[in-house]
Amino acid sequence: MDNQQYTPASYKSDQAVRWCPGCGDHAILNTLHKAMATLGIPPHQTAVISGIGCSSRLPYYMNTYGFHTIHGRAAAIATGFKVANPQMTVWQISGDGDGLAIGGNHFIHAVRRNIDINILLFNNKIYGLTKGQYSPTSARGFVSKSSPYGTTEDPFIPAELVFGARGTFFARSIDVELATSQEVMVAAAKHHGAAVCEILQNCVIFNNGIHNPITDREVRADRTIHLRHGEKMLFGKDLNRGLVQDGFGLKAVTIGEDGYTIDDVLVHDAHCQSNFLHQQLAMMDGETLPLAVGVIRDVDAPAYDTAVEQQVAEVRARKNFQSLREMILAGETWTVE
Amino acid sequence: MLEKTNVKVLDKVVVRFSGDSGDGMQLAGNIFTNVSAGVGNQVSTFPDYPAEIRAPQGSLSGVSGFQVSVGMSVYTPGDACDVLIAMNPAALKQNVKFLKPGGVIIVDIDSFKEADLRKAKFETNEPFAELNIKGQVVEVPVTSMTKAALADSGLDNKSVLKCRNIFALGLVCWLFDRPIESALRHLKAKFARKPAIFEANSKVIEAGYNYGHNIHASVSTYRIESDEPTPGVYTDINGNTATAWGLIMASQKAGLPLFLGSYPITPATDILHELAKRKDLGVKAVQMEDEIAGVCSAIGASFAGNLAVTSTSGPGLALKSEGIGLAVMAELPLVVIDVQRGGPSTGLPTKTEQTDLFQALYGRNGESPLAVVAAATPTDCFTMAFEAARIALEHTTPVILLTDAFIGNGSSAWRIPEDSEFPTIHPRHASAEQIAANGYHPYDRDPETLARLMAVPGTEGGQHRLGGLEKDYTTGAISNDPANHEKMVQTRREKIARIARDIPAVEVLGNAEADTLLVGWGGTYGHIRAAVDQLNADGTPVAMAHFRYINPLPANALDVLRSYKRVIVAELNTGMFADFLQSKLAGKEVLRINKIQGQPFNVGEIVDKVKEFTQQS
Repeated sequence: MDNQQYTPASYKSDQAVRWCPGCGDHAILNTLHKAMATLGIPPHQTAVISGIGCSSRLPYYMNTYGFHTIHGRAAAIATGFKVANPQMTVWQISGDGDGLAIGGNHFIHAVRRNIDINILLFNNKIYGLTKGQYSPTSARGFVSKSSPYGTTEDPFIPAELVFGARGTFFARSIDVELATSQEVMVAAAKHHGAAVCEILQNCVIFNNGIHNPITDREVRADRTIHLRHGEKMLFGKDLNRGLVQDGFGLKAVTIGEDGYTIDDVLVHDAHCQSNFLHQQLAMMDGETLPLAVGVIRDVDAPAYDTAVEQQVAEVRARKNFQSLREMILAGETWTVE
Repeated sequence: MLEKTNVKVLDKVVVRFSGDSGDGMQLAGNIFTNVSAGVGNQVSTFPDYPAEIRAPQGSLSGVSGFQVSVGMSVYTPGDACDVLIAMNPAALKQNVKFLKPGGVIIVDIDSFKEADLRKAKFETNEPFAELNIKGQVVEVPVTSMTKAALADSGLDNKSVLKCRNIFALGLVCWLFDRPIESALRHLKAKFARKPAIFEANSKVIEAGYNYGHNIHASVSTYRIESDEPTPGVYTDINGNTATAWGLIMASQKAGLPLFLGSYPITPATDILHELAKRKDLGVKAVQMEDEIAGVCSAIGASFAGNLAVTSTSGPGLALKSEGIGLAVMAELPLVVIDVQRGGPSTGLPTKTEQTDLFQALYGRNGESPLAVVAAATPTDCFTMAFEAARIALEHTTPVILLTDAFIGNGSSAWRIPEDSEFPTIHPRHASAEQIAANGYHPYDRDPETLARLMAVPGTEGGQHRLGGLEKDYTTGAISNDPANHEKMVQTRREKIARIARDIPAVEVLGNAEADTLLVGWGGTYGHIRAAVDQLNADGTPVAMAHFRYINPLPANALDVLRSYKRVIVAELNTGMFADFLQSKLAGKEVLRINKIQGQPFNVGEIVDKVKEFTQQS
């Protein structure tokens, strides 16, 4: 395609980045520049499409084709874009409010349709741009400006929506885990279909530390597990803990205790068509079981845009009309002399 | 054989088929239309069907009608019919009001049993007397004759009864001297995959035709004259199909792929159906998850470099407003088709109105001008869909095309145009060479039209960022500068105003020397045109101006309007276009003729109201 070598700077626009100092978005942006350079897809063959919210400002900081659209609609706009121009690599940037509240319908349908776009879902469990209201991922009882006595509703778990919509790719990372973020972004781009990467992101102003119980340095090794296809599901600072099957569920064990050996520890299979275990893994919340990061599910299925192209080609091969007029003349007509 | 009967020679004749919504009246009416167009008649149709797919059988709410006018100088499906076919008492009751004095009624007398009469809420067993029908009623045993014709067919009773409509069609073909061979060809195409059903229907249509022949002593037969149409190849087309095809013509003339993002909604869905079929011409028609996704996918496709379209009706246009505003702000070409129906809210989904004009012109937040055009007739939908696409691509703007249920579903004979009859469309796409030589700025404008320059994603060096936030006039970066915002607002407004330089002048029809100008827009053309012809023939001189370009108006529009003593705007709303014109015609009173009944105008009511106005002063 193009032999030119690209660096992260090749994907950076000249616009000053205007997120708050300390915002998790900075790290994600820098990682995305690096992931794109790793992928080597030229900037002019890359499009970044966002909705509305802090995270959705991201396209302005990319030297790619970019479109900062309207609240909630990025998935629908990206779908039309990709169907119309399937040669482009398309990234969608949404936050938890943009993607799962106002844009929830488009989100699940983009996943169901398996349109070949890479969806980066920045989850900070808060509305930041409107200065601090609870979001559809805020926990029950969460206190915010619009829930001064705590919310009275349960949140969405993004992974559960993805699996409910029969998604073919789900990965997770944390804004500060640069290497993991890059790894899941690259995997998402290589996946042919709708690829959702949930990135736990810290809003330093309105929801600072919301992910700390899981992401703090002291606890992160014990409360998260980095899943890699084909590798044992191990975690802990010394990688001496593992996940084993326990009836219909999962259990965390320490190797060498209670009779568990390394052989009991499950091996991750991201490519398994059944999503049963993937869902179990994705639903782990960091309390009794470690929160999973990395690529949790990555399976092959027909991508919508490719299927449309193929159908057009098949129909055209069968009918072979060269023009509108030819098509009309093949129908019922009469001639007036 | 017809010479032996009492043959009336007519310029045009109006036939109305009516029955249960499951009786196949639309099919019978459509075939009669196609056969008539095939013998060289002009045709105009009006399918009048209920919103319910299948209301209770025999009930008043379940009646479906199809009216068609065939003959010479046919502009409308006719105010009233010469012949009414009523397949049951409910159909008779609902449709007798559409019969001309002295018209003929054909009923299936087998379905006028006591129980049928009760379902249709007749109080007596004398339905014709109860409805005070004085004209000719032809009682035809349609059901029993159909059963007799198919006695040996081996079909089950339900399938046999489904052929009743075709018996009626056979009878009507005889009545109007239509070639039955042509009807058979249409039936064969319709039932290509069901040979047994085609066989049954071909027996039944002959039975109906022969029945007519055998009872001719009691019915007048008609011979209908034809105009001398322009030579060429013709087909029968309804407005929604014409809209779809006009877009395909535009995509060919622009050299761009055609993308439709849509969501099913009555009465616009046939545009989606037709474009979904046209994968054979490379069209990508995507049924999205909702109306908003319909417009948004089209906006994405437009940014990606396709000719992008979304189709809907009034409620869907409301949902698309924010997306259309984004296309205004990002200055992306976008065609939005609104097949108007009765509103507000769900309103009258299958009925026609022109009540979305203000929504099209003003239904967005902020200063959000865009182009609005409207189609005048079913076949004009082709031309105006092409025009909407041309304006959108060459002026980098969303364009709303207003059609309506009446012209969207109605059909006419249409001469298939040669490709050379339509101009090449020049999308404002920068080439890689242009970009390499000059660099690329998304808001570089054509000094004449103010249309901006687009770089299609994939073009090297053309990377840029669009968005809903206000942008700097020069650099295209986000800008909150107050003066810049005002400049951008004025620029977007002026860009739309300058489209007036690129559209045809409005023509004056009828008697241009008259004092009175009758003004219309969009799908009322046929009725207004017929009214103007009648008024001038009756000695009331009237000129006519019909608008297909609404925003901006044609450059000569206000001069034309000011040059008449009396300007009367006739429209199917409470006066939206009249208000729009009035706002531009200070000191001149705009008179109004309005109807908001979900039905098209009657020619007669326009004639009467114009006469009232002309007699007043």
